[in-house]
Amino acid sequence: MLNGLRHRIGRLPSEASAARPGHALLAANPPLARWRGAIRRHRWPLLFVSPFFVLFAIFNVYPILFSFWLSLHDWPGLGPMEMVGLANYAELEHDSIFWNSMLNSALIFFIYVPVMTFLAIVLASVLNAGFLKLQGLWRALIFMPNITSMVAAGYTFRLILDKDSGALNHALAILHMSAIPWLDDVWWARISLGLLMIWAWLGYNTVIMLAGLQTIPKELVEAAKVDGATAVQAFHRITVPLLRPVIVFSVTLSIIGTFSMFTEPYILTRGGPIRATQTPVIQIFSTTFTDLRFGYAAAQSYIYLAIIVAITLIQFRIVSRSDPVR
Amino acid sequence: MTQTATRAVIYVSVIGLSLLMVFPFLWMLSSSFKPFSEIFAGTSFLPQHPTLVNYESLFQQSSALLKLWNSFYIAASATAISVFLCALGGYAFAKFRFPGRGFLFSFMLGSMALPFAVVMVPLFVMMRSVFHWIDTPWPLIVPGAANAFGIFFMRQYMLSVPDEMLDAARVDGASEIGIFWRIVMPTTLPGWISLSIIFFMSSWNNFLWPLTILHSESVQTVPVMLNSLQGPPGRTAFDVLMAGSVVSVLPMLLVFLILQRRLVAGITSGAVKG
Repeated sequence: MLNGLRHRIGRLPSEASAARPGHALLAANPPLARWRGAIRRHRWPLLFVSPFFVLFAIFNVYPILFSFWLSLHDWPGLGPMEMVGLANYAELEHDSIFWNSMLNSALIFFIYVPVMTFLAIVLASVLNAGFLKLQGLWRALIFMPNITSMVAAGYTFRLILDKDSGALNHALAILHMSAIPWLDDVWWARISLGLLMIWAWLGYNTVIMLAGLQTIPKELVEAAKVDGATAVQAFHRITVPLLRPVIVFSVTLSIIGTFSMFTEPYILTRGGPIRATQTPVIQIFSTTFTDLRFGYAAAQSYIYLAIIVAITLIQFRIVSRSDPVR
Repeated sequence: MTQTATRAVIYVSVIGLSLLMVFPFLWMLSSSFKPFSEIFAGTSFLPQHPTLVNYESLFQQSSALLKLWNSFYIAASATAISVFLCALGGYAFAKFRFPGRGFLFSFMLGSMALPFAVVMVPLFVMMRSVFHWIDTPWPLIVPGAANAFGIFFMRQYMLSVPDEMLDAARVDGASEIGIFWRIVMPTTLPGWISLSIIFFMSSWNNFLWPLTILHSESVQTVPVMLNSLQGPPGRTAFDVLMAGSVVSVLPMLLVFLILQRRLVAGITSGAVKG
């Protein structure tokens, strides 16, 4: 059976290269020959991993390099490019709209990530305790938003959060509370975006935390309780510290996720009101396709990348410095 | 007594939270059967005058069937190619020792942190001026065909394939491609299925990149169609939009509810083991 397959593929590369002329010449150059030999010997795994690296080179490395070239030019997307040197970066330094979009991401991050992370840990602990019936059902319902199109979800949230006719304000009216301008006020719009993010990502983070909790031996918590710790103390002193690597992982994902946010604010608030929910990606998108300033958008992309890298590095430093295990 | 009380509180909270999570889906569904005026009079949960007019308009004026087909065939072909290439890569990282393996693997993992927006502008220019791929499905299939997450995901499954099985096949004279296809694939099939669902869903729901690439109406995917249904400012066509949202969400929801156990574990499997 397997030999039949080999026939169908035809001659294997090894058989082909053995007959190749110039083989003797290579042998005279030992390092090169050794290198060639290593590639030949490991040709299968190298071939198997090559699609990723080839595609990465073409569709990531090359664009990033090209982007730098682009950022040194003024270009409306068509026609000749005008070399402007570092003028785009100089302009960016004083571009309050761009820096404001960075600030918005940071604000939105602090609005929803602490709440979401806390809820995820608590929810995961409850699910992990195991006394809840229909575990699978609760987990599925909480996870469901994560597989939903954010375009569809964004429009639905817009409807629910509408100031005059939205379901949420109707519910508040029944409770004799005044209407909240969910999408029409600078701060409420950011909070609304946070609500959408929590709705979409709570289940995902809960499942990550749950997987982390399952690696913690139950005896540790039991032992603490025998020694007189309350459930809350055991949770605070034992579960949370042991869960730390998973929490760090989940917060790191949230940082990258919040700074790459596009669809949610684009649909829910269109970046408004008065640019309060304009994120860096919406900014780069509109600089490119609305303002038709491709060179400037490339410069924005570069600074955006630099800032994300910087934030991630700072976060790792803070995390490793305050690690109690060290 | 206190334990019973605690448990009652926990039950109520979990049920309440689950209801909050489900509420937007129900509101979307119910609104899709409401006439436009009722959506904005919207005091009642259930439609007072249920109508199918939103769906009619969606399928007739916006040719939603065509958009569903576009979304489907793009997602299906992207998924088929990616899962195959990711399985190959994951297999190589899990079951072969080769020079540079550690470096290549770390490099690949590091690349996962690169946000898409960084390459969006130059990639768009490439797609337009070098490949001439605007308004074609290729940009949604080719660049992501072998991706870091998928390779890492498949590697976890490939680690469990016994080396003895592979060596025995080699001794029997099987080719490496034959081993991959006839031994590795069948033994890691659950991984292939999980990854297929994950890829299919992410392609189906993808918005930013299709929005930049698919300009003509006839090639739009469902999320891009929803965005262009918006209508003029002040009169957003929420009636048709809600019908469109249901059409966009429902297929994924059905797949999810049928396969949720495998899927939930799959989506987050890389998180903790790695």
